[in-house]
Amino acid sequence: MRLSPQLTQTLVKILLWALTGLTLLILIFIIVDISVKGLPQVTPAFLFSEPVDMGRHGGIFSTIVATAYITLLAILLASPLGVGTAIYLTEYTREGWATRLIRFGAECLAGVPSIILGLFGFVLFVLKLGFGWSVLSGALTLAIMVLPIIIRTSEEAIKAVPQEYRQACYSLGMSQWQIVTRIVLPSALPGITTGIMLSVGRSLGETAVLLFTAGAALRTPISLFDSGRTMAVHFYILAREGLSMPNAYGTAAVLVISILLINLVAYTLMQRLMKRYT
Amino acid sequence: MNQEPPYKLRLEHLSFFYGDFQALDDVNLEIRPRQVFGLMGPAKSGKSTLLRVLNRMSDLIPGARVAGRVWLDQDDILAPDYDVVALRRRVGLVLSKPVPLPRSIRENLIMAPRLAGKRGREEQEAVVERSLKAAQLWDEVKDRLSDSALKLSGGQQQRLCLARTLAMEPEVILLDEPTSGLDPISTARIEETLNQLKKSYTIILVSNNTKQIARATDRVAYLLMSRIIEVGDTHRVFTVPQDKRTDDYISGRFG
Repeated sequence: MRLSPQLTQTLVKILLWALTGLTLLILIFIIVDISVKGLPQVTPAFLFSEPVDMGRHGGIFSTIVATAYITLLAILLASPLGVGTAIYLTEYTREGWATRLIRFGAECLAGVPSIILGLFGFVLFVLKLGFGWSVLSGALTLAIMVLPIIIRTSEEAIKAVPQEYRQACYSLGMSQWQIVTRIVLPSALPGITTGIMLSVGRSLGETAVLLFTAGAALRTPISLFDSGRTMAVHFYILAREGLSMPNAYGTAAVLVISILLINLVAYTLMQRLMKRYT
Repeated sequence: MNQEPPYKLRLEHLSFFYGDFQALDDVNLEIRPRQVFGLMGPAKSGKSTLLRVLNRMSDLIPGARVAGRVWLDQDDILAPDYDVVALRRRVGLVLSKPVPLPRSIRENLIMAPRLAGKRGREEQEAVVERSLKAAQLWDEVKDRLSDSALKLSGGQQQRLCLARTLAMEPEVILLDEPTSGLDPISTARIEETLNQLKKSYTIILVSNNTKQIARATDRVAYLLMSRIIEVGDTHRVFTVPQDKRTDDYISGRFG
């Protein structure tokens, strides 16, 4: 028996629509669940006071500071490295065994489970280099974790800049570095930013790496060598040790909302910037 | 004292290879200053390759190899240590497909001059006005210089690309089929512009439109399968071609 083309079309449409709907539903369910259980906890006092009694009472101020500190540092370390590698791979070298090796290496790095990366960070930064459980050790290990994401997305973004732009600039007597900085990077910026935003999201949510490298101290970290507990780690400990489910959900709500807000702001800024260039 | 040298560019035994394929075979040419020199020939005859050797855009092609010499005035421009950035400022190239950069009209024109050292605001505005006027685009865009160059029509974009090359004040302008994607009116405007520009520039025009070559050039070379078949004054070549193959090509009996 054969279905008529029109009927097939309708069935496929319904199927695809259902799949998309299901995806959205899962996302909405998570956000609603966390909001309902967590938002009642989120008051100014919760945001701006220190945790008391292992986090059973009090707020999450120190974990917010630790999260911002570690994430910012990790992104500041990984971005120049990742974008620089992408520029080298796309603009300054021809395809060959060396580029394939670098790419293969980056892909393997992306496949390393974060718990193993955490162990590596513990051995190298915490013990060998003597940074201890600290913001610095955590940020360095997170930077290694997100490096492949930044390299890959930046590379794709740079490759997508039309070859004709480069030709036109060369024929006007511009040097390669001038072309990279003034034409290629501005045009690739939306793609590069997407990669960096993905990395921010990964860093904000990471726990395994930070348990090994940044520790879980509840004091507000000031120095690079202070230990710090991020919101994700705080949530993990509160929930696992059964210290306080309401506070755990409050932390989760703050975390999820900040990720949404960061994405929203980045997206809006990007739109604004793109208008200038087109 | 003020006598100009007899040629602006001289090509001696120029050969060019893409891997195993020979795109140019022992080309010898002299190109005189302040004229439009035409290069015509069927597809794959080596016209575009020849053009790209003249400002070393050919360097960017992986696996390419060049032999022979090219003199620009007294300079041996194929010498390995010759400054290609400086060369490309002296010898500008306009591509067949107009490629405006994703910036404003003004920025398209002043980006390269600024990087070459023109920093003054007034100096830059003067460059914009002079080059747009020379490319006969000024009247159409003078009120919207801050608009994106991508919003211009195809013909306007091509004249903008020409203006962008002129903004660098080159000595030689290379044009690779500059009107291939344009309508007859835009084409006529470009040809008229070239006629004006040759008073101050040396121009090399590649086209596979023989009528355009006949209309717009002073001297012409016919390239076929990587070799120069015939060179001469355009009028003479089109009226009494000396080689039968040239005759076949210009009268449309080619192939």
